[in-house]
Amino acid sequence: MKTNDLILQTTTKVVLFIIILFSVYIFFAGHYTPGGGFVGGLLTSGAIILLTLAFDMKTVKQILPFNYIYMAATGLLFAGGTAAGSLLFNVPFLTHAFGDVNIPILGETALHTATLFDLGVFLVVVGVTMTIIQTIGVDE
Amino acid sequence: MNVIEIIRILIVLFILIGGFLSLVAAFGVLRLPDVYTRNHAASKAATLGVLSVLLGTFLYFYVEEGHFNSRVILGIVFIFVTSPVAGHLISRAAYNSGVKLWSNSVQDDLKRKKSKQK
Repeated sequence: MKTNDLILQTTTKVVLFIIILFSVYIFFAGHYTPGGGFVGGLLTSGAIILLTLAFDMKTVKQILPFNYIYMAATGLLFAGGTAAGSLLFNVPFLTHAFGDVNIPILGETALHTATLFDLGVFLVVVGVTMTIIQTIGVDE
Repeated sequence: MNVIEIIRILIVLFILIGGFLSLVAAFGVLRLPDVYTRNHAASKAATLGVLSVLLGTFLYFYVEEGHFNSRVILGIVFIFVTSPVAGHLISRAAYNSGVKLWSNSVQDDLKRKKSKQK
């Protein structure tokens, strides 16, 4: 029996943007308030899972054509690269640096290399969660 | 009595109304006879209850601490959009898996369509 999912799909289209926005906010707010890469990554994968529930897996793969295993690998590369980058400046492994950088459009912004590490965590969490869900969800 | 005092009374009223409505939802789930009426009580009263508690919380932090917390506003919008949809999906899943209506129900318009599809 083919069911009519119009209400679910329309709500998903609206709600998805709220969840993605909130996850990005949580990711960037992690330095000063509760949040960070892990929670942001879980929220993003939650949004993608909501999309998978409302539509089917093939549609979601068309909308977001990511290879999630590569995504997790990229995240590990980010985290490892941030950690190893400190060795280039003759300081101990995983030493972070920060400073006020003048970016053309945004003006003077405080940047910290811990954000790059957090981006790595974010990508690993999204990649691993989505790999698990997609592997379980496929019916042969 | 100035504006701050009036808003403080409003905050108390919002939170009490929210708690009361959530209690009404819980009693509705206990006392009503079948899935659909229970779902009706749970998804409506609990939504409004949570909304008023959140509104009271938002007003409290805005008036007392001067902190405009936009996440609470986002939460109000989010619950207002998603909670009725969740109720709709639960009811529909119950109907499609053949849960019976209350024995005193008089009308079931979807019955003919469902038996035709089988």
